Amino acid sequence: MTEPLIDVRNMEISFAHGFVKAVRGVSFQLGREKLGIVGESGSGKSTVGRAIMRLLPPTAKVTADRMTFHDTDLLAASEKRMMEIRGKQIGLILQDPKYSLNPVMRVGEQIAETYRLHYPKVGRKAAETKVLEMLEAVKIRDPQRVFRLYPHEVSGGMGQRIMIAMMLIAEPEVLIADEPTSALDVTVRLDVLALLDELVSRRNLGLIFISHDLNLIRKFCDRVLIMYAGRVVEVLKASELDNAQHPYTQGLLASLPSIENPPARLPVLTRDPSWLTQPTIGA
Amino acid sequence: MIDVENLTIRFGPRSPLVVKGVSFSVERGKSFGLVGESGCGKSTVLRAISGLNRNYGGRISLDGKPLEPERSKAFFRDVQMVFQDPYGSLHPRKTVRSQLIEPLRNQNLPIKENAVADVLKAVGLDPSLGYRFPHQLSGGQRQRVAIARALILDPPVLLLDEPTSALDVSVQAEILNLLADLQKERGLTYLLVSHDMAVIAHLCSRVAIMNGGEIVEETGIDQIRSGHVQHPYSQRLLSASRAYGKQEMRPAEIMSSA
Ligand SMILES: Nc1ncnc2c1ncn2[C@@H]1O[C@H](COP(=O)(O)OP(=O)(O)OP(=O)(O)O)[C@@H](O)[C@H]1O
Ligand SMILES: Nc1ncnc2c1ncn2[C@@H]1O[C@H](COP(=O)(O)OP(=O)(O)OP(=O)(O)O)[C@@H](O)[C@H]1O
Ligand SMILES: [Mg+2]
Ligand SMILES: [Mg+2]
Repeated sequence: MTEPLIDVRNMEISFAHGFVKAVRGVSFQLGREKLGIVGESGSGKSTVGRAIMRLLPPTAKVTADRMTFHDTDLLAASEKRMMEIRGKQIGLILQDPKYSLNPVMRVGEQIAETYRLHYPKVGRKAAETKVLEMLEAVKIRDPQRVFRLYPHEVSGGMGQRIMIAMMLIAEPEVLIADEPTSALDVTVRLDVLALLDELVSRRNLGLIFISHDLNLIRKFCDRVLIMYAGRVVEVLKASELDNAQHPYTQGLLASLPSIENPPARLPVLTRDPSWLTQPTIGA
Repeated sequence: MIDVENLTIRFGPRSPLVVKGVSFSVERGKSFGLVGESGCGKSTVLRAISGLNRNYGGRISLDGKPLEPERSKAFFRDVQMVFQDPYGSLHPRKTVRSQLIEPLRNQNLPIKENAVADVLKAVGLDPSLGYRFPHQLSGGQRQRVAIARALILDPPVLLLDEPTSALDVSVQAEILNLLADLQKERGLTYLLVSHDMAVIAHLCSRVAIMNGGEIVEETGIDQIRSGHVQHPYSQRLLSASRAYGKQEMRPAEIMSSA
């Protein structure tokens, strides 16, 4: 890989004075690619994403041998430098999009505000036009109406698309998207992914895509990290997902329900305690 | 068990209808699926049934008895809902444990010593998480707390709005098996909203497909499995769902297939 955008070496994160070890030695490099992260619920995926943006609560303790964005040491950077990075250089879509929006401000105005923060020369009217275009691009029906809604007035999937629009409008160099399409129906999801894909390839970005959707990861991402209990247990080319070797990944693939032939009971994983102590894998 | 007749909902007197005369019936002991495009009104229908939004037209009946728009306490003993966004439905400043006990207390039911630990274990969570606050949990852990809170009253009817959307597929399998077991053992009735047609196919026997605030088609699960649906929107949704994960998701391919 030529110079990585993000380089993380041996990241460890704990909460509650070290009693909760959420991330236990994660290493990966992100290039100009689409890197998927899948893994067990509670395995530390969102925590990794937030740590890169330095958005964890003060109770979190983060250490790493290396944690950089280009030349910036993300562990040591000043809060002022982080403010420049957040949104403008690295964009993050949080897992609960509606709760990262301001509840008392119309959603369209929030996107417009983000846009004007990054492009201060743009006038009010032009920003609004740009926002309406973005809402249309993420397949929101009736963008004029939705522009004026408050966060509690939009549906689950509209909330996700509003967050995607807000992140894309700032055109950052790295995108970290935490379950950004889980509330979208399949047809809208494909449209939104096409838009993301187009932007990633046109602007040559790096994308970290956290998702439980194995079908999506397989066809959309380039590489995939599999996390289990705070560690990376397997790294694969996304197209090779079905040839996974780790029993956890194999178990995941086996538990996918099917439209055509649903089994009477879905197979479930037997979690082997030895998975907890296996060495973590770098990527 | 649940009968919805000509349900209409609008937000504000001069706003257009969001739900435009929806009717369907869910048989006792069965699971009924509600699917459709994002923003078509699925959660709005569920919230009206659950009594969260009293401002609706038409009639909703439970067990043959029409419901008053203002729901009684007994109603919540019988019907519990799992909301689409667990973050918003959990109280931010109460521990998991106290939120799980709350429904029992509201119904003046005895609080058994192991009730909280048992229901947490049933959804695959360690009982020690009971002492955490919602923001100290992962997304999928929060979603399972929301499921646990609906289950703790052991209600005969569950309204489930995307209950497994934040879960990895192995935990999802455990929850779907749990729901199937409860249904078999106790004859529970489920109304399930999901964007994952495979989840619907796994649990439901009948499905209504919604588009733009209307049900465009109601059909049996066999038609869904075999891909034999009638309405153009249903056909589009189902063929995209069946191809999902099998075909490329890069723009070039998508544009040319559109
Ligand atoms: N503020 C906190 N205090 C204590 N523990 C926490 C806190 N935040 C997260 N955790 C714990 O850290 C672990 C990792 O959480 P994280 O949100 O990163 O999981 P995740 O992989 O994103 O899971 P999901 O797929 O369910 O969203 C979990 O076990 C969670 O309970
Ligand atoms: N309180 C409200 N005020 C105004 N409009 C609302 C309100 N709640 C919902 N709506 C509108 O009603 C429509 C249907 O929303 P609903 O949440 O029912 O969709 P949904 O089918 O559940 O979508 P999703 O799959 O994305 O969750 C949307 O256009 C939404 O903006
Ligand atoms: Mg998460
Ligand atoms: Mg909804």
